[in-house]
Amino acid sequence: MRRLREFWRRYRRNVLAVAAFGVLLVVVAMAVFADLLYPKGPWEMVTRPFLWPGDRAQHLLGSDMLGRDVMAGIVHGSRVSLLIGVVATAVAFIIGILVGATAGYFRGSVDDILMRFTEIFQTIPPFMFLIVLVAIFKPSVTTITLAIGIVSWPTLARLVRSEFLTLRERDFVQAGFVIGMSNTRIILTQILPNALPPVIVTSSVIVATAIINESALSFLGLGDPNLMSWGTMIGAGRQVLRNAWYLTALPGIAILLTVLALNIAGDGLNDALNPRLKSG
Amino acid sequence: MTAVAPPLLEVGALETRFSTDAGLVHAVDGLSFSVNRGDTLALVGESGCGKSVTALSILRLVPDPPGRVTGGEILFEGHDLLKLSGREMRRIRGGEISMIFQDPMTSLNPVLTVGDQISEAIRTHERCTHRSAWRRCVELLDLVRIPDPHRRVHDYPHRLSGGMRQRVMIAMAVACAPKLLIADEPTTALDVTIQAQVLGLLDRLKRELGMTVLLITHDLGVVAEWANRVVVMYAGNKAEEGPVDNLFEQPLHPYTEGLLEAIPHAGRLHYTKAPLHEISGTVPTLIAPAARCRFAERCAKAIDICHRQAPGPFRPATGREVSCFVAERDLA
Repeated sequence: MRRLREFWRRYRRNVLAVAAFGVLLVVVAMAVFADLLYPKGPWEMVTRPFLWPGDRAQHLLGSDMLGRDVMAGIVHGSRVSLLIGVVATAVAFIIGILVGATAGYFRGSVDDILMRFTEIFQTIPPFMFLIVLVAIFKPSVTTITLAIGIVSWPTLARLVRSEFLTLRERDFVQAGFVIGMSNTRIILTQILPNALPPVIVTSSVIVATAIINESALSFLGLGDPNLMSWGTMIGAGRQVLRNAWYLTALPGIAILLTVLALNIAGDGLNDALNPRLKSG
Repeated sequence: MTAVAPPLLEVGALETRFSTDAGLVHAVDGLSFSVNRGDTLALVGESGCGKSVTALSILRLVPDPPGRVTGGEILFEGHDLLKLSGREMRRIRGGEISMIFQDPMTSLNPVLTVGDQISEAIRTHERCTHRSAWRRCVELLDLVRIPDPHRRVHDYPHRLSGGMRQRVMIAMAVACAPKLLIADEPTTALDVTIQAQVLGLLDRLKRELGMTVLLITHDLGVVAEWANRVVVMYAGNKAEEGPVDNLFEQPLHPYTEGLLEAIPHAGRLHYTKAPLHEISGTVPTLIAPAARCRFAERCAKAIDICHRQAPGPFRPATGREVSCFVAERDLA
């Protein structure tokens, strides 16, 4: 609790980051309360098609070509985007830390093998790889999430490895050896807590990338057909871009704001977690 | 007379080598010494003579690669540490033999509170609840005379001064009541007044906890005050060994003599035109050393045989030992 308060005190110094945090809170609130706000779900045809934003008060953002409420789509879409963004990052986080920590801690041939393995993943353009993975396995939330996680972990693995390589040489790690700690214990209690801040910051960016990737997949029609995501909405709106551009623009703005907020919040996290900027 | 108790630690013909691009460095080359229970043995020598490598060898923490203990034995309570498994060795480290480092500024984990770190050390060796480990922390901080230990356990290392951090390091090192404490230049990074406090603390803990101390230092003042036996190392070998008073009064090895003369004495130091004594020359390279006295090139007293043969240990009196042909000739 005490640490949390101190963390918030430092985070607060960056006004932009606080605003970004606010935006993220709104998105999370949308995701959490989607069913309360729009109990009928995003697929229900509730009004006449092509209702422009602002035309009718109860459908604030208008309706699409089938008369579905755009606002309902965005609110429900936030669930998909956040879920996939967060879970995919969690997958990448776990794989990245396991691989990176093992490679950076044990060095030598273990490091060589794991890093060559990581490089194999890095040589394939991530989005191509993602499309291939999703195309092989049937598109569903689970496969899309896992696929995004699988293309995202190399960045984290490399970062964790480099942190481990430097931290391993530090005196307090040596002190851990001297008092007889086992490797696992040193990794978990001595090195990992020191390596985490940059990893957390990078993770926030990976959440943003994951959201963009999911949208891109949905836009290409490779998303889960049973889910309304922001990308699905953009993809559907594409055909009527000339007469109803708002159908593409509005979910696009939602993506833009969320991703931007995640990036700025990542910056704020960096400032707040950076030990060099910590004061008393 | 009581029967002579076996020494706590016996290092015999220890050899530690490092492979480098330039060749095999014989960092420690056939070093033997033993530490009796309750003693404070000082390992003295200039930078690079193998003091710290000896300490790391005892704990089997020489970075491998490039380093390796290639020979000798390290008997701790009669068991050869070099033959223990990794698991048994971990039990020894911290539990039986502990070590404190030179620089307290970097030896504490910056993201853990002092209490977390000490209780981590306790819980490495003992099964106990978080609560009781935490209580022990407060006791340990009190033991190392940190004021207000109840509040200090919650502090992060960056809030502590250098001397306080070294006290925390000491608290961690003695948390599991080790029998042997290796102090590798424990006060080099501290200023003089804090130095005396920290060494006084070590001395008190030694008596209260019944520890034996292996003190590694290059500061002869520290040796004179706190140690009771001295091993002088030169270029990976033992030059001379003896009880501290005896050795300071009557150094046998020309290297020890040189070291003692190089100490600036009060009255001789200030405002005199006479330059300080120095031992001319530099430490020889430890890559494939030739079979001869390693100090011979810098030694004013060197005789023929010094350049042809390595001197063996010579024991002129009980407790004294020297490896020098000249001393052997003079005393024989």
